[in-house]
Amino acid sequence: MDIGGINPVILIATLMASAVPILMAALGETVVERAGVLNLGVEGMMVIGALGGFVVAVHTGSPVLGFIGGAVCGAALSLIFAALTQIFLANQVATGLALTLFGLGVSSLGGQGYNGIKPPPTGQLLPDFLADLPVVGPIVFGHDWMVYFSILMTAVLWWVLKSTRIGLIIRAVGESHEAAHALGYKVNRIRLMCIAFGGAMAGIGGAYVSLARVPQWVDGITAGAGWIALAIVVFASWKPWRVLIGAYLFGGITVLQLNLQVAGSGIPVEYLSMAPYLITILVLVIMSAGRRGKANGAPASLGQNFHASR
Amino acid sequence: MFRLEKRPTPSKFWLYATPPVAVILTMIAGGILFAAMGKNPFEVIRTIFWDPIFGEFAFYLRGQLLVKAGPLILIAIGLALGFRAGIWNIGAEGQYIMGAIFGAAVGLAVFPTESRWIFPVMVVAGAFGGWLWAMIPAILKTRFNTNEILVSLMLVYVAETILAKASTGFLKNPEGMGFPGSRNFSSYPAAQNGFLYEPLGLHWGGVAALVTAVLAYILLTRHQAGFQIKLAGQAPRAARFHGVSPARLVVMCMGISGALAGLAGMFEVTGPAGQISIDFNTGYGFTAIIVAFLGRLNPLGIVLAGFLMALTYVGGEMASTNLGLPDAAIQVFQGMLLFFLLAVDVLTNYRFRLAVGAH
Repeated sequence: MDIGGINPVILIATLMASAVPILMAALGETVVERAGVLNLGVEGMMVIGALGGFVVAVHTGSPVLGFIGGAVCGAALSLIFAALTQIFLANQVATGLALTLFGLGVSSLGGQGYNGIKPPPTGQLLPDFLADLPVVGPIVFGHDWMVYFSILMTAVLWWVLKSTRIGLIIRAVGESHEAAHALGYKVNRIRLMCIAFGGAMAGIGGAYVSLARVPQWVDGITAGAGWIALAIVVFASWKPWRVLIGAYLFGGITVLQLNLQVAGSGIPVEYLSMAPYLITILVLVIMSAGRRGKANGAPASLGQNFHASR
Repeated sequence: MFRLEKRPTPSKFWLYATPPVAVILTMIAGGILFAAMGKNPFEVIRTIFWDPIFGEFAFYLRGQLLVKAGPLILIAIGLALGFRAGIWNIGAEGQYIMGAIFGAAVGLAVFPTESRWIFPVMVVAGAFGGWLWAMIPAILKTRFNTNEILVSLMLVYVAETILAKASTGFLKNPEGMGFPGSRNFSSYPAAQNGFLYEPLGLHWGGVAALVTAVLAYILLTRHQAGFQIKLAGQAPRAARFHGVSPARLVVMCMGISGALAGLAGMFEVTGPAGQISIDFNTGYGFTAIIVAFLGRLNPLGIVLAGFLMALTYVGGEMASTNLGLPDAAIQVFQGMLLFFLLAVDVLTNYRFRLAVGAH
């Protein structure tokens, strides 16, 4: 059953996998932004995670350790951002940009000598007989464990943000840091932890690019995925399940344009490869045009630093 | 422990002292990094910061400084105007590419003309290309309240694909034996941005950068529009009462920065780069963000910062050929510079106090 040379079952199965990097990074950034911090360094943290994960996985031979390595590297880089914005009260936009530039530099420096190596494969989670079932096999059962983990994380974060005490504190800090401070919460310490969590998630997302999607190490491997993740957070109105929908939508577009390139649709390759970025812009426009002014769902203290004067 | 105490007014001393302190801290941290890579840190630092100005090949390298500083200054001044008003144009790299494509396309369309009017027309086309590319996020911001950071950045990737298409498709050299890349402007005198004074590395782009710096300084200190930019950045509410239209400000700041980035791209592609090729752009649009901050968003400061950053490029190339330092190390070094700058900057608005006892 092919439509225009593209099999829809395989398309859906691949888009779920291809959405994992942006999904993980966007989920992390959702938590960060819910706490009132705008970290534009997602791309930098992802690329560091991609390298860290790759190096650890190649040396240990274990993809699981690789993903942990990616998380640690992403979190470590995000701590630079956390220190600058939460302790030194630096401008969040500028610091985030610096983090991306720095991350790209460090990764291309550290990645020398890792080109052309194959990382250990990230295995399929469920047994073959399930994955071989028609239609539901590839879509529901045939994925590697990271795909399921990313969906699990969506559910966990939704639950944590919505109905736990920790989620309430994070949201309080993001909506009104003055009020949260008055209630006795350590605003900057909570934000610092959220930033580190966001860094770890971006790092895992990056590691998935270099360990499962590509899978090898090349300079600038994330190719703007971090920025798309940032756009998806806006698209999703800072809600985890909508982040999942957004990530799958963009994963779908990316996979579709790649498939169209292979299938030889007659549309020039260049125009197909700019499609994900153009559609991101289009979606941003639609989302922000629909809700002008204050009620756009953004945390009220987003991007503002907090200094306890009393 | 220490705690921060807000200064009643920003410190004048630290406003000017921050950049040099950040540079020194970066040299120390960079030295540690280079040492960790098994290089002699003193030799590397000397190669980067000293040799291009006073070393053996300085007669050639000094010229390279302005060649690299020109586009950085030009782009950074435009960005700084927006940053001051709280308008974040992050996509200068895309505007730079589009300026280069527009400028080059106009020139190549009438190849091989000898008219001396072609170069000025190309300059206008370059500025227009960059302006046009910056107008997309500007209009989307003013009409639909779309985030200009994300849109301008997405457009960098779009511009890069157009550049790939230009160098392998519509601007490809018909006599290029199938190699990607446009005709080389060095064999097209009427449209070439040649050196006006080679020992200094001065070409029209350098002239434009220095003139723009002076004009921007006048705009910010002596003109109503400059006052509005500063007011909108420091006190948006007061700016609204003052009658500053946020939409007009966005269009103006994005337009100026886009046009300047486009100019920089056009001068680069017809001069030092020589032709449209897939990777003629070397990230000036992103480095210019560092330059803008290092220059304290002040046009004259940006000129100094532009030269300093050019020094790290030129010196970095030297260190790469002579000492085998990877190019990426320089990128890390530049990133560190911005980190230290942002960290030290806390001293402008706050002071550290020893926290003794309870308050």
